[in-house]
Amino acid sequence: MSIIAYLIPISLILGGVGLLAFIYTVRSNQYDDPEGDAQRILSDEWDDHPRP
Amino acid sequence: MTSMPTLTPSMSACPACAAAPAAEALANRAAIKDAQIALSLPEIHCSACIAGVERVLSAQAGVEDARVNLTLKRAMVRAAPEVLPDDLVRALTRAGYVAHQLDAGTIAATQTDRSGRDLLMRLAVAGFASMNVMLLSVAVWSGAADATRDLFHWISAAITLPTIAFSAQPFFRSAYAALAGRRLNMDVPISLAILLAVGTSLWETSLSGEHAYFDAALTLTFFLLAGRYLDHRTRAVARSAAEELAALEVPRAMRLDSVGGREEEVRVSALRVGDLVLVRPGGRMPVDGVVIDGTSEIDRSLLTGETLPVFAGHDHEVSAGEINLTGPLVLRATAVGADTSLHRMADLVAIAESGRSRYTSLADRAAKLYAPGVHILSALSFLGWWAYSGDLRMAVNIAAAVLIITCPCALGLAVPAVTTAASGRLFRKGMLIKDATALERLAQVDTVVFDKTGTLTAGTPALTNLDDLPRAAVEVAYALALGSAHPLSQAVVQAAQAANLRPACVESIREVPGYGTEGMWNGAPVRFGRAHWAAEVCGDAARAAQGTAAWLGVEGAGLEGFLFEDSLRAGAAEAVSALQASGREVHLVSGDTPYAVEALAAKLGIHHWVAEALPEDKIGRIDMLSAGGKHVLMVGDGLNDTAALAGAHVSISLASALDAARVASDVVLLGGDLSPIPEALSVARAATARIRENFRIATVYNVIAVPVAIIGLATPLIAALAMSLSSITVSLNALRLTRAGRKT
Repeated sequence: MSIIAYLIPISLILGGVGLLAFIYTVRSNQYDDPEGDAQRILSDEWDDHPRP
Repeated sequence: MTSMPTLTPSMSACPACAAAPAAEALANRAAIKDAQIALSLPEIHCSACIAGVERVLSAQAGVEDARVNLTLKRAMVRAAPEVLPDDLVRALTRAGYVAHQLDAGTIAATQTDRSGRDLLMRLAVAGFASMNVMLLSVAVWSGAADATRDLFHWISAAITLPTIAFSAQPFFRSAYAALAGRRLNMDVPISLAILLAVGTSLWETSLSGEHAYFDAALTLTFFLLAGRYLDHRTRAVARSAAEELAALEVPRAMRLDSVGGREEEVRVSALRVGDLVLVRPGGRMPVDGVVIDGTSEIDRSLLTGETLPVFAGHDHEVSAGEINLTGPLVLRATAVGADTSLHRMADLVAIAESGRSRYTSLADRAAKLYAPGVHILSALSFLGWWAYSGDLRMAVNIAAAVLIITCPCALGLAVPAVTTAASGRLFRKGMLIKDATALERLAQVDTVVFDKTGTLTAGTPALTNLDDLPRAAVEVAYALALGSAHPLSQAVVQAAQAANLRPACVESIREVPGYGTEGMWNGAPVRFGRAHWAAEVCGDAARAAQGTAAWLGVEGAGLEGFLFEDSLRAGAAEAVSALQASGREVHLVSGDTPYAVEALAAKLGIHHWVAEALPEDKIGRIDMLSAGGKHVLMVGDGLNDTAALAGAHVSISLASALDAARVASDVVLLGGDLSPIPEALSVARAATARIRENFRIATVYNVIAVPVAIIGLATPLIAALAMSLSSITVSLNALRLTRAGRKT
C-alpha cells in the first residue's frame, strides 16, 4: 500500500498543473475571441512580429 | 508596435536634453493610451477579413495598433488623438468592409468581463477539487478501511476546506445578504448544506468515522457554479449586444460659434441652453430648440407616430429626436440633456413601471416553497433522531444527509440551462432577451398590441396611385424628384423606375427646403411638393387629400395629387396572421390619423384599432386590457410607445427604436423583420414547459431520495449518485430545446 504515498501526491500535482494552466489561460485573455483565434491560424500572411 | 515619435516637436527646449528619447516615447505612449477607437464590423467572418481589416487600419497615419475581435465582430484601435474615427470608417468602406463607429465609452464596460472570469475561475477550482476528492471517495466506497480510510478522509478535507472557502463564496455572500435583510433565498439552504456537510464530515473524520460528505459538498458547489456561470453568460451576451446598439448611436452634434459662425463637432452632452446647433438633412435633432435659420420638413414619427412630414421654418419649435428631412436648420437650444421632451417622457415611464405587477419567476416561486420546506424537514429529522436515539452525532449526520440529498441542483441548474438554450436559439433568430424573466412572461401572452408607424410599417412611404396619374405628369414629377432626397421624392423615383418610365426634360431643378422641388418644363414653371406651394404656379385651388400626398403643379394644367402609403415592414403580415392563427388577440394602437390606421388595419385583418392615441392613451389601453385579465405583449418603437412598453406584461422593441424605447422593453428585435415574433412566443412556451418539467423531475428524485435519507440509510455514495443523476437528467432535458431548434 505504500505506493499510494507516491501516487496521491503525483495525481494531485498533475491535476494542479492542469488547474494552473487553465488559470493562466483565463488571466491572459485567451477566451476573449475564440472564433478569431481559430481563424487567425489559417492566415497565410507571413508575420515576422506576431503579437502576443 | 510602438513607433518612435520622430515628427512631434521635442518635449524639452534645449536640443541636448533630447538625449532622453525613451522618456519622451513613454510620455507619448501614456498620452495616447486612452485614445481608443472602437469600430463595429458586422460583416466580417473569415481570416482574410481579419488580416484585411488590420492591414487597412494599421496603414492609416497615426494608428498605433489595431486588433480585430471576430467573436464580437469589433475592432479596437489605439491611435493618436488627432485620428478621427470617421476617417478609419471611410478607409474601411473604400477597402470593401462595412464599418460603424462605436462609442468607446459605452462599450468599455463589456471589454473585460470581470465577474464572468471570476466565476469561471471558481468553477475551475471546484471542478479540479471535486474530481480529486471523488477519486479518493471511490476508494473509500470500494472498501478502504481503518487507517487508509482516515488518511483518505484527511486528504479530502485538506483539499475541500480551501476550495469551499474560495469557490462557494458567491453562495455565502448572497445567503448572508438575504439573511441580513431577513429574507430566505435559494442560497440559504445551499450554504447551510455545504457548511453542514463539511462540518459533520470534519467531525466524523476526527472520530475516524465511516461517512464523510466532502465529495458531496464539492460536487454540489461545482454543479451550482456551473448553473451560475451559464446564467451569467446568457446575461453577459444580451448586455453586450444591447450596449453595442447604444454605442452605435454616437451622440454628436454640430455647434456653431455664435461669433465667427465656425462649425465644431461636439458631444451632445456638451451642449448648453442658448447654443446654436446646425442640423443637416437626415440628421436627428440633438436638443429641443427654436429654428432661427433655414426651412425644412421634419419627420416626427418616432415621437408621435404621425407619418406626415411637418414644415419647419423660422421660429418653429422642434423637439429632440425628430429627424430633419430636406434643408439644413440652425437651432437655438432651449432645453438640453435631461430637460428635453425626449427625457420628460421618463416620468410617464416611471408611472407605468410602478403600475406593472411585479412578476415572480418560476424559480423564485419554487424557492419560496423549497427553502423553508428543506429547513423544516432537516430540522425535524435531526430532532426526531436525537429524541429517538439520544445520539447527537448520528442525528447531525442524518440532518446533513437530508440537506445534501434535497440539494437544489435541479433548481440551480435546470432554469439557467433552459434559459441559456432558449435565449441562444432566439438570439440566432435576431431576438435579444434583455430581461431574465422575459421568456416566462412571453409564454403567457394572449394579446398582442402593435404600434403602427415604424413597427408594422417600415416608415418609408410608397406611391399608391401611379396608375391613375397621367403619364406626362409622372415623368415630370420623376424628373423633379430626382433632385431631392426627401422620402416622398425617393418613393416617386422608386415607383417610376419600377414602371420603366423616363424622366421628362426639366431644367434648372432647385429644391426649396420645406416646400418641395421646382424647375422649368417646356418653358413653364413646374413645382412638386406641398399643396399650397404647388398650387401657386397653376392657379388651381389647393386641395387636401386623405393621408400622405405630394402635389405636382404645372402652369396651365391642373394640380395632380400623388398619394402615398407607408410600406409594410417585412414579415408584418406573416407575424399578424400567425399570431391570430394561434388564437391571440391582435390590437393596433397608433398616434397617426384614423384614415391611415384604418387602411392598415383592414389590410392586415386587425379588428381592434385605435388612432390618434397619445402616449397616455396607449398605456391606458394596455391597463384596460390587463385589468380584463389579459397578458399583453406590446410591440413598438417610438418614444410615444415608451410608457406602454414599460407598462405591458412583456414588451418588444425594434433595433431602430430610440434608446429610451429599447431600454424600456424586455426584448429587442435586432433584424428589420417582424416574423420571429410568433416563433419567439412558441419558443418561450416550450422553454417554460421544459422548466416545469425539470421541476417535476427534481421533485420525483426528492420524493424517492428524501425518505431514504430521513430513515438514515443514505450513505455518501447514495447522495453522490442521486445528486449527479438529477443534475445530469435536467441538463440533458434542457438541451433538447436546442436540438428542436436545429430541426426547424
